[in-house]
Amino acid sequence: MTRIEAGIGDLDTLDRLAAQDSPIHRLDPRAKVIATALFLLTVVSFSKYDIAGLTPLFLYPAVLLTVGLVPVRVLLRYLLIACPFALLVGVFNPLLDREIVVRWGGLGISGGWLSFGSIVLRFLLTASAVLLLLACTGYVAVCAALGRLGAPHLLTMQFLMLYRFIFILTDEGSRMVRAHGLRSFGAGRTTIRVWGSLAGHLLLRAYDRGLRVHAAMLARGFDGTPRTLRVSRWSLTDTAFVLGCGLFLALVRFGDPVDRLGSWCVGVFR
Amino acid sequence: MSHHIVEVKDLEYSYPDRTPALRGVSFRIEHGEAVGLVGANGAGKSTLLLHLNGCLFPERGTVRIGDYPVTRQTLPQIRRSVGTVFQDPNDQLFMPTVEEDVAFGPINLQLPPEEVEQRVVRSLESTNSLHLRQRPPYRLSGGEKRSVAIAAVLAMSPDILVMDEPTSGLDPRARRRLMDLLAGFTHTKIIASHDLDMILSLCPRTIVLHQGTIAADGPTAAVLADQDLLLRSGLELPLRVQGCPICGRSCGGHPRP
Repeated sequence: MTRIEAGIGDLDTLDRLAAQDSPIHRLDPRAKVIATALFLLTVVSFSKYDIAGLTPLFLYPAVLLTVGLVPVRVLLRYLLIACPFALLVGVFNPLLDREIVVRWGGLGISGGWLSFGSIVLRFLLTASAVLLLLACTGYVAVCAALGRLGAPHLLTMQFLMLYRFIFILTDEGSRMVRAHGLRSFGAGRTTIRVWGSLAGHLLLRAYDRGLRVHAAMLARGFDGTPRTLRVSRWSLTDTAFVLGCGLFLALVRFGDPVDRLGSWCVGVFR
Repeated sequence: MSHHIVEVKDLEYSYPDRTPALRGVSFRIEHGEAVGLVGANGAGKSTLLLHLNGCLFPERGTVRIGDYPVTRQTLPQIRRSVGTVFQDPNDQLFMPTVEEDVAFGPINLQLPPEEVEQRVVRSLESTNSLHLRQRPPYRLSGGEKRSVAIAAVLAMSPDILVMDEPTSGLDPRARRRLMDLLAGFTHTKIIASHDLDMILSLCPRTIVLHQGTIAADGPTAAVLADQDLLLRSGLELPLRVQGCPICGRSCGGHPRP
């Protein structure tokens, strides 16, 4: 098995999780999409030094993780794959912003370190929210939900096709890499010329394959409108879920729960 | 029942690089007929099949499916009555689960959900693949993919089944199972294949294509026993018609009862 094929095995883990049954899975995909969008907006609305304010938001992924039966290690594995991007975004902050903004005991913490921490926290929150949405709903249902919420058909079709063609592209790619490996006899490094040719061929093959898949879709009556097998119905539970999430997020954003909890604790121990 | 008739008249088609693919092909296939389409690589079989469901349009000549000529305007009717099983089932299975893939056609026909469900179950049952219902298509074996691809087409209740190399890449048992399955269908069938023994078993009539023209059109038993014709067309006698590899005696080219 090539590394590409192993990677593909990973790719549909989320879809397999989405096939489970839990109270979160049973919610209308639209409710989950709306709640996730509200959550993302709330996360990005905090100021760049506000680490304390972000922490209560971890309750949201924690609840989805537990009720939605998503194994923590799966989530952590995906987060690990994506984290280099987040680290790269924030890694220079401690060097650029050296002004001490918080003193903790004798230790001065610069604004750069705070904003770096805040970027990492935001990454953890936003990435896990989206991953959990996919793990509890499934990619195709999310696309269908976006369509039903008014996203343009062209966009949702692109998302669907993208997902389908990832498998086709990696399939073609892994076959080419294997064919190349079998005839290169481990000789030295692959030259840029050979890689260029492989990439070009991959593009052409994927294009040809795309045309054939399209022909097969047309032959079965496809007219550009994505239609799904099960059309979910919005129920009272979905309204309650969205309202509950909205209320929680509003409380975290405007209610200052960390400060209140802090003052309460200080009051109790005094 | 004129809507199960396939009529091709003086069909000509060239690829975009001007290589001629079909040069004046004409035939008429009646309701319920099973016709084999054979020919060497590049003879034009796949190109001809793509004309039957309106994936390609003739440069000259006409293609009629039942009461309709194949044109852009009649595509919805054409695609409703012609079910095409493509050569590579990977091209045909594009939905996340088998069930959704089989439902793809009926949903596009805008049938009510109960009818879609019935058709999914019925067509998966008829290809013995109901147990694969919840599986993702890219995780199936070659034979399973082929069965699901056929189920996906049957779910649209086509009048005419068009198949491109249905037995390629199958192990002997899967090939036999598929042949038994196809033999049970009462649809008008057009099967393009290099598997001449399969054509001999399933199709009473055979059309031989050679370099874009029809080299022969007649009863399979006669066409596939004509060694000169087959050699001229880049083919050879079906294994069953060839002499016994040990004693060299021939059975005379008659299909097995």
